[in-house]
Amino acid sequence: MATSFPVEPRVIVRSPRTFIERLRGGDQIALLTTLVCAVTIIVVVALIVVELWMNSQPAIKAFGWHFLTSSTWDPNAEKFGALPFIYGTCLTSALALLIAIPLGIAAAIFLAEMAPPQLSNLLTFLIELLAAVPSVIYGLLGIFVLVPLIRDCLVPVLVKFFGYLPIFQGDFYGVSFLSASLVLSVMVAPFIISVSREVLLAVPVEQREAALAVGATKWEATWQIVLPNASTGIIGSVFLALARALGETMAVTMVIGNTPKITASLFSPGYSIAAVIANEFAEASGRLYVSSLIFLGLVLFGLTIVINAVARILVLTTTQRSA
Amino acid sequence: MHVATFRQQLAKEPAIAAEGSGVQKTALAVKLQAENLNFYYGKFQALHGISLSIVTYKITAFIGPSGCGKSTFLRTMNRMNETVRNTRVEGKLLLDGQDLREMDVTFVRRRVGMVFQKSNPFPKTIFDNVAYGLRVNGVRSRPVIEAAVERSLRRAALWDEVKDKLRKPASALSGGQQQRLCIARALAVEPEVLLLDEPCSALDPIATLKIEELLFQIKDITTIVIVTHNMQQAARLADYTGFFLMGKLIEFDDTRKIFQNPSKKETEDYVTGRFG
Ligand SMILES: Nc1ncnc2c1ncn2[C@@H]1O[C@H](COP(=O)(O)OP(=O)(O)O)[C@@H](O)[C@H]1O
Ligand SMILES: [Mg+2]
Repeated sequence: MATSFPVEPRVIVRSPRTFIERLRGGDQIALLTTLVCAVTIIVVVALIVVELWMNSQPAIKAFGWHFLTSSTWDPNAEKFGALPFIYGTCLTSALALLIAIPLGIAAAIFLAEMAPPQLSNLLTFLIELLAAVPSVIYGLLGIFVLVPLIRDCLVPVLVKFFGYLPIFQGDFYGVSFLSASLVLSVMVAPFIISVSREVLLAVPVEQREAALAVGATKWEATWQIVLPNASTGIIGSVFLALARALGETMAVTMVIGNTPKITASLFSPGYSIAAVIANEFAEASGRLYVSSLIFLGLVLFGLTIVINAVARILVLTTTQRSA
Repeated sequence: MHVATFRQQLAKEPAIAAEGSGVQKTALAVKLQAENLNFYYGKFQALHGISLSIVTYKITAFIGPSGCGKSTFLRTMNRMNETVRNTRVEGKLLLDGQDLREMDVTFVRRRVGMVFQKSNPFPKTIFDNVAYGLRVNGVRSRPVIEAAVERSLRRAALWDEVKDKLRKPASALSGGQQQRLCIARALAVEPEVLLLDEPCSALDPIATLKIEELLFQIKDITTIVIVTHNMQQAARLADYTGFFLMGKLIEFDDTRKIFQNPSKKETEDYVTGRFG
C-alpha cells in the first residue's frame, strides 16, 4: 500500500533555503539581534568589574584584605578601611527589609484579595507612582517629615519599652541608622507591594476554590494556599527591594548622618558605601584616596552579588525541601 | 461550632455507612432540593427556575451543551458561586430540608464537597493535600488524620499507587492520579454530597474508567452529582439524569428514561446527537 504512491513533480517542497532566504525568514536575524543584545549586557558588566578592579589596584596593593576588616577611615593619614560602610549598608538594608516585607505583603494581600477592584486599581496606581519618585525627594521627606516623627513619637516609645536593649540606647539626634532604614523601607515597599499583588492575582482561581471547597474560610485559603502559591514571585519582589536598598545613595546620605562608626545603637549616625562614594569622590585628593573609594565600589558590587546569591540559594534549598 | 459537629460526624461515621446500605437507600430520601432557582451573573440570567431533587446515595448526572448552566447550577449547590463578584441567587436550595443559604458557608462546603474540571492539587505533598481539609476543619490528632488520609486514598482508588510516596509532591503524579487525589481530598472531610464538574474531561479513557469505578464504590457513603459532556458516561454511571438547555432544566428523570424514551423533543435531539 505504501509503495504505490505515484511519483509527482515536487512543487511545494523546494530545495533548502539559502542563507539569505533564511535571513529574510527571520530566524537568523532574531538570533543575531537577541544574541548581540545579550552579549552587550555581559560586556558592560564585565567592563564595570574590570574598570573597578584596575582603578582600585593602589588601594588593593596598600591594604589587601585588611581593607575589609579595618574600621579606620582617615583621609589625612591616608588610612582607609571599609568596615563601617559595609556595616551601615548591611544594617540599613536588613532593617529596611524587615519593615518593608511584612508591610508590603500585607498591603499586597489587601489589594489582591480584599479590596474592591476599583479601589485596588486606584491604590495600586498610586503605589506604583511612589516607585517612580526620585530618591532625593525621599531624602527630603525623611528630613522634614520622618525624622521629626521618629524623634517625637517612635523613639520615646522604643526607649520606654525596649530601652534596655543595646540597639535602642544613646541619644537620638535625628540622622541615624534608624532614620535611614525607615526611609529605605518606605522606598522599597512599593516594589514589594506591586509585584506581590501581581503574583497573588496570577494564582489560579482553582487553587483558591479547592481550599474553599473543603471548608476553608477565605482567609485560610488566602494564607495557606494562595500565598504559598505566590511565594516564588513574592521572594522575587524582595530581591528587587534588596537590590534597591543596598545601592540607594541619595536618600540615605541625607538621613544617615555620614559618620563612619560601628555601634549597636540604631539611634547613632552612621555611613553607607554608596553614600561615602557620592559624598567624597569629588573632593578626594591623592591617588590612594580615590582608589580606596573605587575599591569601596567594587566591594559594594561584590556585596550585592554575594547577598543575592546567598538569598537565592536559601530560597532554592527551602523550596526544594517543602515541595 | 462546626469543628465540634465535624468531630461528632467522624465518630459516628460507621453508623452513616450502615444507614446508607439499608433503609435510606430504598426510601429515596431527598438530600438536596432546588425550588424555582434563578441565578444571575450581573444582569445575565444563567439559570431559569430550576426545580429538582437529588436523591441520597444515588448518582445524578447533568448533561447539556456547553454554556447551558450545568456548572453554574453545580456551583450554587455548595455556594461556590458566591466567590464570583456580582452574582445573585433567587429561589430555594435545601440540604436535608434546611435552607443552604442560612447555614455557615464553610459548614455547607464541608458537607457538600466539590471536584473540579481541571485537577487542582495544592503544591504540597500527597499526604498534606488529603489532610488539608481535616486540618482546616480543626482536626489536630495525628492518628486521626493519618487514618482519614489512608481511608480517603483507598476510596479514591489511589492508595496502592501512592502509599510509598505520601511525602512526595502531588505534582509528581499523572493527570488521572492527580484527579483521583483531588477526589480523595474532597472525601477526607466525609462530605454528604460530592459535586463533580466534568472530572474526566482532561483524562484518557483508562483514567476515566478508574474514576467511574471509584464513583460506583463511594456511592454507598456519599451522594454524587456529576456534570459530564460525555453522554455514555452519564448512561453508564447515573441513576438519574438531568438535561439542561440554555439555563433551563428541560427534563429530569431516570437515566434509562432520558436515554431511551425521553418525553421532550429537545432531550431526544440531544441524546441522539441531532442537536444543533
Ligand atoms: N463568571 C461568569 N461571569 C459571567 N458569566 C458567566 C460566568 N460563568 C459562566 N457564565 C455564563 O453562564 C452561562 C452558563 O455557564 P456554565 O454554567 O459555565 O455552563 P456549562 O457548565 O453548562 O458549560 C454561560 O452563558 C456562561 O457564559
Ligand atoms: Mg462547565
